[in-house]
Amino acid sequence: MTVKTIRQALHEALEQEMRRDPRVVVIGEDVSGGAGTEGGRDAAGGVLGVTKGLIKEFGETRVIDTPITESAIMGAAAGAAVTGLRPVAELMFSDFLGVCFDQIFNQAAKFRYMFGGKAKTPMVIRTMVGAGRSAAAQHSQSPYHIFTSVPGLKVVVPSNAYDAKGLLIQAIRDDDPVIFCEHKLMYDLKTEVPDEAYVIPFGEANVVRDGDDVTIVALARMVHYAGEAADTLEAKGIGCEIIDPRTTSPLDEDTILESVERTGRLVVVDEATPRCGMATDIAALVADRAFGALKAPVRRVTAPHTPVPFAPSLEKLYIPDKDRIVAAVRDVHGYAR
Amino acid sequence: MSASLTAITMPKWGLTMNEGKVVAWLREAGAPFAPGDELLEIETSKITNVVEADAASTLLRVVAPEGTTLPIGGLLAVCGPADVPAADIDAFVSRFVVAEHDEEAAETMAAAAPRMLEVVGTRLRYFELGSDAGIPMLLLHGFGADLNTWMFNQPALSEGRRVVALDLPGHGGSAREVGTGDAEVLRQAVAGFVDALDLGPVHVVGHSLGGALALLLAAHRPGLVRSLTLIAPAGLGPDINPAFIEGFVRASRRKDAVEVLQLLVHDPALVSRTMVEEVLRFKRLDGVTAALAAIAHAWFAGGRQQVSVAADLARLDTPVQLIWGREDRIVPVTHAQAAPARAATHVLEGAGHLPHMEKTGEVNRLIRRFIEA
Repeated sequence: MTVKTIRQALHEALEQEMRRDPRVVVIGEDVSGGAGTEGGRDAAGGVLGVTKGLIKEFGETRVIDTPITESAIMGAAAGAAVTGLRPVAELMFSDFLGVCFDQIFNQAAKFRYMFGGKAKTPMVIRTMVGAGRSAAAQHSQSPYHIFTSVPGLKVVVPSNAYDAKGLLIQAIRDDDPVIFCEHKLMYDLKTEVPDEAYVIPFGEANVVRDGDDVTIVALARMVHYAGEAADTLEAKGIGCEIIDPRTTSPLDEDTILESVERTGRLVVVDEATPRCGMATDIAALVADRAFGALKAPVRRVTAPHTPVPFAPSLEKLYIPDKDRIVAAVRDVHGYAR
Repeated sequence: MSASLTAITMPKWGLTMNEGKVVAWLREAGAPFAPGDELLEIETSKITNVVEADAASTLLRVVAPEGTTLPIGGLLAVCGPADVPAADIDAFVSRFVVAEHDEEAAETMAAAAPRMLEVVGTRLRYFELGSDAGIPMLLLHGFGADLNTWMFNQPALSEGRRVVALDLPGHGGSAREVGTGDAEVLRQAVAGFVDALDLGPVHVVGHSLGGALALLLAAHRPGLVRSLTLIAPAGLGPDINPAFIEGFVRASRRKDAVEVLQLLVHDPALVSRTMVEEVLRFKRLDGVTAALAAIAHAWFAGGRQQVSVAADLARLDTPVQLIWGREDRIVPVTHAQAAPARAATHVLEGAGHLPHMEKTGEVNRLIRRFIEA
């Protein structure tokens, strides 16, 4: 057991699954990392360094560089999956889903259903989400709620390196298309990660912290902000239970509902926009199924309904932070009818 | 400042413990206590454990109230004669620094790490504490557990002797390949391990399946085993809780794991979230479920124990004692009746299948007294 970054954990998952199963291939823009540059292939190992070393071990038939054509990457991966490979396709920025959405939404997600259950589509789409790099409106979004709204897709939103490895291995071994969302500011986040392969089942939330007063459901990077907020609140005598769903589809509804049944208060924290988003979805779940337990209105802490600003000062205001979470928790905790 | 004041500090239990959380104080300030009295409960990475007094004194001031998290060696409370003025206690608290020897002990523990050993075609992980003097001790865990099951026992038992805790094949950090996983496979691995480390003759303490293995080892190689302490051992009767065995092999989600692990202890509240998470993290590793399923099939197929060591126990002349929790819901305490009259049998009240964790102080005392006799 050693401490690894999310980048290392993802790399290890890919490497171990490619060794274990010859049907696993990696496909995407610059996944060999450095083709055409002075250093040559593998000089960079992908724009994020996650795939570094794979081309050397597995060669160009299993580490496939593509033209800058997301529709072709996703179409090729969906076709390969339905005909026997287990591709891991990279959609560098999730913001580009628009140009390849038919392949994902109307093809990969539907094959199992359109072909009478006789077709499997074991493909993974690794994609970057998240704001905070001043990368402007077209490279900073967190559109996992759009994927989540499509039946037939599974959606993973890891918050730490241990989960990232176990969930990516599960994604690769899963027989359905899985969208695996990696937050661009979290690749260097470290935690203890076993050297061996392991799987974390989908639809099993992680209860990050126990508490009796307020339930906080948080996703990806927001799990860490929620933890900071809970530290501050604990010092003031307010105990927060933090739930990290890990996958938004399937969603572990039971863990959320059981927690709210106990605490009677819910704050949902999501970096994505609020309309038809995960925070709204989870608020609706609780209003529908645990209304009787609620002692206060549900609060959502999300980005505003607006594109991600380029200006760093505005972007900082856009992303939910610890102070907004603390304020929301205090609000529901002090609520009186 | 009164020299007669003493500190109760955060203990170090197990490999990974850096800090502990005070769950509850079992005595109020001003209360006198005797050696062995239970003072407070601390949450650990497994079950909540009790800190016992090692000498008679009076609890003068609780420094770390319930809910406080402290690093190892941190000040929990001040004890001493009841007539010490408050100002002296204030001075003691303000001058308290984490004691030198505690830091050293903590460093020794931190530096010590489990090691791997190649034995008869398999790889076994083990962890040892203590010096080489005297007859060493071997600790064998039960089905589904690992060497960390001894986290509350190994440090206390290793005063003045070498104590080695082993991960059985398919468990903990040992190799996942177990073949049939039957008694022969596991016994040979343990015997090979004892030979490789040249431990014999050795005091063997075995829990549950590890208890049956300890007996098998003594039966096959009497010269290797100096004494046997069998804690809720398997192999003395036909019954085994199938809900536990099958549930443990199958559980991949937290809810199922909690239900199964709560069967192990007399008070379900003892099972901490970390213990559940650690079990799940182990069970998620490739190969673990297959190894556990093979062992479960060889030992407990159809919800009945398939390995009997009762005849071996009756025949052996190795010194032996049995320790059992009255409320054991995995292997019933009635199996202790299979033991011959010469074997001392201790049935502990308020304990389930993990008396070495639930009644740490008592079990440690019983083991020490037995091997020193």
